[in-house]
Amino acid sequence: MTLTKHELRQGRVSFAVWTGAIALLLVICLLVFPEMKGEMESISRLFAAMGSFAAAFGMDRLNFGTLTGFYAIECVNVLGLGGAFFATLTGVSALEKEERGGTAEFLLTHPISRARVATEKLAAILSQITAMNLILLLVSLFSICAIGEPIPWREVLLMHFACFLLQTELAAVCFGISAFLRRGGFGIGLGIATMLYFLNLIANMSEKLRFLKYITPFGYCEGVDIVTNGGLDVGMLAVGLLFTGVGIAAAYLNYCRKDL
Amino acid sequence: MNAIETDQLTKYYGTSHRRTRGIEQVSLRVEQGEFWGFIGPNGAGKSTTIRTLLGLIRPSGGRAQVLGMDIGKDREKILARTGYLPSEAVFYPGMRVRDVLKFSADLRRKDCRKEAAALCGRLGLDTARKVDELSFGNRKKVAIVCALQHEPELLILDEPTGGLDPLMQREFFEILRERNEKGTTIFLSSHILSEVQRNCTRAAIIREGRIIACDRVEALSRTSAKRVAVHGRIRLDALEGVKDLQETKDGCSFLYSGAMQTLLAVLSAGEVRDLSVSEPDLEEVFLHYYS
Repeated sequence: MTLTKHELRQGRVSFAVWTGAIALLLVICLLVFPEMKGEMESISRLFAAMGSFAAAFGMDRLNFGTLTGFYAIECVNVLGLGGAFFATLTGVSALEKEERGGTAEFLLTHPISRARVATEKLAAILSQITAMNLILLLVSLFSICAIGEPIPWREVLLMHFACFLLQTELAAVCFGISAFLRRGGFGIGLGIATMLYFLNLIANMSEKLRFLKYITPFGYCEGVDIVTNGGLDVGMLAVGLLFTGVGIAAAYLNYCRKDL
Repeated sequence: MNAIETDQLTKYYGTSHRRTRGIEQVSLRVEQGEFWGFIGPNGAGKSTTIRTLLGLIRPSGGRAQVLGMDIGKDREKILARTGYLPSEAVFYPGMRVRDVLKFSADLRRKDCRKEAAALCGRLGLDTARKVDELSFGNRKKVAIVCALQHEPELLILDEPTGGLDPLMQREFFEILRERNEKGTTIFLSSHILSEVQRNCTRAAIIREGRIIACDRVEALSRTSAKRVAVHGRIRLDALEGVKDLQETKDGCSFLYSGAMQTLLAVLSAGEVRDLSVSEPDLEEVFLHYYS
């Protein structure tokens, strides 16, 4: 656990900043909900005029005037995208930062196997993602209570669980990529998160491109789909789990063999 | 048992189509308890040899054993009993010296506080300072403590004195000698030949990835080549085996490895006011091998 503790200590500022920023955005979103609820007629007219743009965000399928609809469209976007950025950046830098920063030589000349290095780093990433999601869930629940709305437990918990799985998948895939990199991880991490987010928006706009939802984890994290179907899409989830496994396996296979 | 034993150890970088030489067929024997020198200029293959021994890179061919264990199979066991001092000490940003030392000890699952405190005292290292604020020399001291605090059986030092002032270098070698007297094997890689000549009993010279000489340090210094310094005028074009020729105002100096009879004939035919023939030091031998 020495390396896991070290990783958590090294990443505590980044963790605090990302968690704080996402939590703040969530609170702001939920605090403006009561005001938006009162202006639903004009907002609905606005969405109707937006056409496929509204479809991209699923605004055409849910009532924005209910907390569940608002949460699925607004809050899940904030949670999904913010969490995705944090997960990809943490995952892609986990192994790469040792080579970029020149600390790989220091670390790997201690009696610790490379498999253990990868395991302890992965444990640190998953701990951070879990802690972040628990904090954000608590912040959301408190904020919903603060605005005097009843908590739609099942929907909120399912959406938060989906966001947690999305972050885990992205972190695992980026962890795998990290094992192949010597530098330049941040750009790749940001690029992957952004690309996959927009891939889901494109998939929402056209039925022909719906298969893209199986590629991007934002597919099974779509709040509107979760609320409409009352659960997560098992097919998309299975593909996501496969990507997670491949990412982690690639990290171990390459990191245990590569020259440093 | 040898502390380090390599047999035809080879490392190429890159793919089979565009490979570059790291080391080729390096065979070494370092006995336990030896103070052993590894000499060569930058890019000769010293660091590649060390990084292969430590398991940071995988060899392309040959085999190597450290403390009687295979470098591929027993990497962690080897590293538990080895201390390594890199040429450039890099640590995690934001950490204090004491945190780095504790982290290093924790990775070894050892309580090294007593030995670390003694070493920090001797090297004048302030453990409360952040590693980011340290000079190159002070970072080197942190690396020295990390390499020594767990009292390893084998010390592998890669250009260890870079950044250390002369007083600190003296203290550092004093610590190494004490450890060596207690039985620690020391593998000292350096391009500072005087460092090797003063401290090591045996040494190897590596050139373009290959070992070109390996012997006792005195024997390496005692090659057939002689340093000849002449005050006066002689005809050098008649001599074969002249290296490192330095012309002076009233004569010349050169390394000579040809027939002594020919040298004597040339000297007697010239106008020689003064003459000295001496054993070259290791520095000169080094230049002689590389010229």
